Amino acid sequence: MSALTFTLKTELKQRVDCSPLTPDRLAGKSAAEIAEIEVQSGNRKLRADAVFAIAGDDASQLVFKQSTGKLDFIGKGMTTGSITVEGDAGSYVGMQMKNAVLHVTGSVDAYAACEMKSGELMIDGNAGDFLGAALPGNQKGLQGGIIIVKGNASDRCGDHMRRGVILIEGNAGAYLGSRMTAGTIAVLGKVGPLPGYAMKRGTLLLLNQPTLSATFNDCGSHTLGFLPLLLKSWQHYPTRFAGLAVNRVRRYAGDLAGNGKGEILVAV
Amino acid sequence: MIINGVQIDPTFAEAFPMKATRVIITAQNLKWAYISAQAFTGFATSVIACGCEAGIERELDPSETPDGRPGVSAMIFAMGGKGLAKQLETRAGQCVLTSPTSALFAGIDEGTPIALGKNLRYFGDGFQISKRIAGKRYWRVPVMDGEFLTEETTGMVSAVGGGNFLVLAESQPQALAACEAAIEAMKKVPNVIMPFPGGVVRSGSKVGSKYKTLNASTNDAFCPTLKGQTKTELSPQIESVMEIVIDGLSDADIKQSMRVGIEAVCQLGAANGIRRISAGNYGGKLGPFLFHLQEIMA
Repeated sequence: MSALTFTLKTELKQRVDCSPLTPDRLAGKSAAEIAEIEVQSGNRKLRADAVFAIAGDDASQLVFKQSTGKLDFIGKGMTTGSITVEGDAGSYVGMQMKNAVLHVTGSVDAYAACEMKSGELMIDGNAGDFLGAALPGNQKGLQGGIIIVKGNASDRCGDHMRRGVILIEGNAGAYLGSRMTAGTIAVLGKVGPLPGYAMKRGTLLLLNQPTLSATFNDCGSHTLGFLPLLLKSWQHYPTRFAGLAVNRVRRYAGDLAGNGKGEILVAV
Repeated sequence: MIINGVQIDPTFAEAFPMKATRVIITAQNLKWAYISAQAFTGFATSVIACGCEAGIERELDPSETPDGRPGVSAMIFAMGGKGLAKQLETRAGQCVLTSPTSALFAGIDEGTPIALGKNLRYFGDGFQISKRIAGKRYWRVPVMDGEFLTEETTGMVSAVGGGNFLVLAESQPQALAACEAAIEAMKKVPNVIMPFPGGVVRSGSKVGSKYKTLNASTNDAFCPTLKGQTKTELSPQIESVMEIVIDGLSDADIKQSMRVGIEAVCQLGAANGIRRISAGNYGGKLGPFLFHLQEIMA
């Protein structure tokens, strides 16, 4: 069996909702049934085979080829299997995903892995705003699993994040980990203004000293016993974090405008 | 059966089912890991009065510990799950949490999860931090020397307690030397502990007593000073008897440990005053596991 492959046929004028094309929803379907699945594009519904050239038969492994930033909701709610996106992906990639693996070789737009429950999301390029966040109005962002971004992440990464790990090899934008309830975000590059804004609990692990809000207080430099365990848990992922050796950190507690139980750890 | 002049009695050791868990205690160096583990396993020789039986299983290389520091593994056994959980929590709280630089991890993942740091976290008075790492939940409890790191739960499994053998010698120093040799060898066997002081018991007990309030009393049949006063098991040449008690995760572990220990005793042999190896056979009153000495040494 070969991976079920969706190759984008034409340049899209409207965005396409790819949420019907997941391993869960395609399991057991014949090629003809898959071809006639309707996907929303703008205000119209299109047959899948009108948008994609479809090949292969293994619905547990999906591949989107020649993908662009107009393909939204790739892997939405998937609970099994894997999806590889060759190229960019649009918004909401991996939204509410659970126990599945999603790999994007390009960049993704806003709300990637929003409200994701568990599993792995790898982004080789950059991520847009609200990576691993909650949808507007909701209060549970990323709830488990791991997100690895090899490029940069934009603003409000980890907004309302509740559990899980986000690893950013590049830089992060403003309000990193805003309103987060728990979990860990680590950044190898620089971070934008006001990291940890209104965070309740959780950990931001940074390699470079950020400019902190006045509502984060310095708790001094420490050797923390949990760091070796945390770093060891990343060793088997294909990321620069696998070789990270951080022994001592400076601990900043905040956001003291709220309950102040979060922390920003900066490697020293 | 005679090995190197030592008679192996045609009898069996009698053991009983227990509940057990293993923990890993790490520290800045091995010295402090041992100090913490020794406190954790202190006053835990027998369930008769201690509530549990505990001991250090072995030293761990930093590559074997979750946080990459030197450590030791310790095991704790009790008659039931509730008792084990209570003993684990109080000992972890008073002996490991308090010990400088220590961290405490589960040593068994399978079985029924019981609280390890789950309730100790409240010592953090609201400043404690939970971290879920690689599917396991840990607690970071702020303490005066930094942070106490502990895993939330450890696994409780069914186990076997009370495996034993008796070393019968011509003198007290010879009995002790033989037991020391046995303990050194048995320490290398995984999944077992010898919970008594130094691994050796000089006051082996029988079930029951003439006093109604006691459920165990001196094993008079093996007391050398009572040879002419009770129905003795000892020949005139035997002047001292010592016992090694073993708790293990399975009967196979106990058998292996007994074999290694008895072999070490028999190596000293009759030339060093070792006359017989016997066992605590309580006629089926104590428990369902029977370890026949001659079968183990065959």
